[in-house]
Amino acid sequence: MSLLTIRNLTVRFATATGSFTAVDGVDLFVDRAEVLAIVGESGSGKSVSMLAVMGLLPDTATVTADEMTYDGQDMLAMTDAQRRKLIGREITMIFQEPVASLNPSFTVGFQIEEVLRFNLGLSGKAARQRALELFRAVGIPQPEEKLKSYPHQLSGGQCQRVMIAIAIASNPRLLIADEPTTALDVTIQKQILDLLMSLQEDYGMGLILITHDMGVVAETADRVVVQYKGRKMEEADVLSLFENPQSPYTRALLSALPEHATGDRLPTVSDFFIEEAVR
Amino acid sequence: MTPVVEGRAIVRDYHVPGSMFRRAKTVRAVKGIDFSVQKGKTLAIVGESGSGKSTLARIIALIDAPTGGELLIDGQRVDINASRPGPDLRSKVQMVFQNPYGSLNPRQKIGDVLTEPLVINTDIPAAERRDRARAMLQKVGLMPEHYNRYPHMFSGGQRQRIAIARALMLNPSLLVLDEPVSALDLSVQAQVLNLLADLQEEMGLTYVFVSHDLSVVRYIADEVMVISEGEAVEQGSREAIFANPTHPYTRQLFAATPVTDTQAIRARVARRKAARQGAGV
Repeated sequence: MSLLTIRNLTVRFATATGSFTAVDGVDLFVDRAEVLAIVGESGSGKSVSMLAVMGLLPDTATVTADEMTYDGQDMLAMTDAQRRKLIGREITMIFQEPVASLNPSFTVGFQIEEVLRFNLGLSGKAARQRALELFRAVGIPQPEEKLKSYPHQLSGGQCQRVMIAIAIASNPRLLIADEPTTALDVTIQKQILDLLMSLQEDYGMGLILITHDMGVVAETADRVVVQYKGRKMEEADVLSLFENPQSPYTRALLSALPEHATGDRLPTVSDFFIEEAVR
Repeated sequence: MTPVVEGRAIVRDYHVPGSMFRRAKTVRAVKGIDFSVQKGKTLAIVGESGSGKSTLARIIALIDAPTGGELLIDGQRVDINASRPGPDLRSKVQMVFQNPYGSLNPRQKIGDVLTEPLVINTDIPAAERRDRARAMLQKVGLMPEHYNRYPHMFSGGQRQRIAIARALMLNPSLLVLDEPVSALDLSVQAQVLNLLADLQEEMGLTYVFVSHDLSVVRYIADEVMVISEGEAVEQGSREAIFANPTHPYTRQLFAATPVTDTQAIRARVARRKAARQGAGV
């Protein structure tokens, strides 16, 4: 049975010039212990659809769906209090800018212990102990020292590890990672992706990875959803997506990868996509 | 042939002043780097954040002065500490920055963005400045009617085209590009890389291309320099470095770069399946 199921999700934003549809009738699901990658360019609605699940969209957004269920529970019918029990405990999220996602005025130790106190009811020593364990689990060097550090004293990669530690603190069953490595260097990206994958295996979490980077998809995903301008273009397991992409947009994306360049010029999405769409 | 730009043992120190709680110290961001680029070629500088690659780019672009070593542009020694670069030198070297959202003044119309370098560095009359700006817009794949618009009306890729157009207004021979495509989406990235390749061929431009993305470097570079902690750990032609990286740091970079070929994916999927069955799930 799938962990999260979404059918016909639509998100509209009220703007000064009328309503703008950011997500247009998207269906998706993620199974237990599965890694789903959602790929798309900026403006494809890939982040917005997950923010809708988390309930993190601003008031100007209208979310409608035929179905949105988490583990058999209907998320659309939930009260705010019921939803809060889920979000941040069973379903957690990490964001693109690790340094900006942490509060600069508190130590990272305080911030992780806050989550442990609030969500798990741990206090004092127990919270500190668990925080240390989590810092070790995500591979932060000298964890005792680092608990006392402020975010600005850590590097971007370490801040992302702290974010991951906070996200897995409550043993979530679904982790949503929104471009977790976009702001990081390739070598750090590799470390963070390896960490996410090993945690995913160890904890048996479902993982939704939002990204625009086909390289990241190739290295992590079980299954892939390709989104473009708010619509789902293609859905396939990772191997068939790269071997035999069905949608012209996916083909265009893959051929725009610099390492796939055959001649002097890189094919671009517009070369391809408009051509095929007209046909 | 004299190289368009040459550096000999370039060093850059940053002095961090002390305070009541801390002793003063000197950080050496660039530790004696040699390089040279011939006309019409592209040198790619590859490294992680903090490796000193952007500092080096700023030195080459005559924004920042090196604290040691020599910089030669067209065979002439340049020292921006001794004398501010004049219009001649500024016309030779121009720079394109990483973030096209931050590098364009939001209150300046595109036309003014493009004509400003001409106003500052030349005495070309206003009518001709406008004509040149319109022609340049077309050259970088925009429309002449974009002349009167503001930066917020453009997408990231279009803004980067504008930043490139601005850099080309003075007909430079050398363009320093500091991660020009890393803020862009994949498909837009391909368009901008194509544009850069076309412009290089058409105008005989020389590029110094700073990047951390090896797949982009493989596509655009002739020569590659890998730097780590301020030192050039490996230097050579693109073919040599990609075929046979010798320095451990370069190998580490290659190992970290995601692979998108289907064989690698098949191997990974198989490994995962095996691990799952092993765990009895």
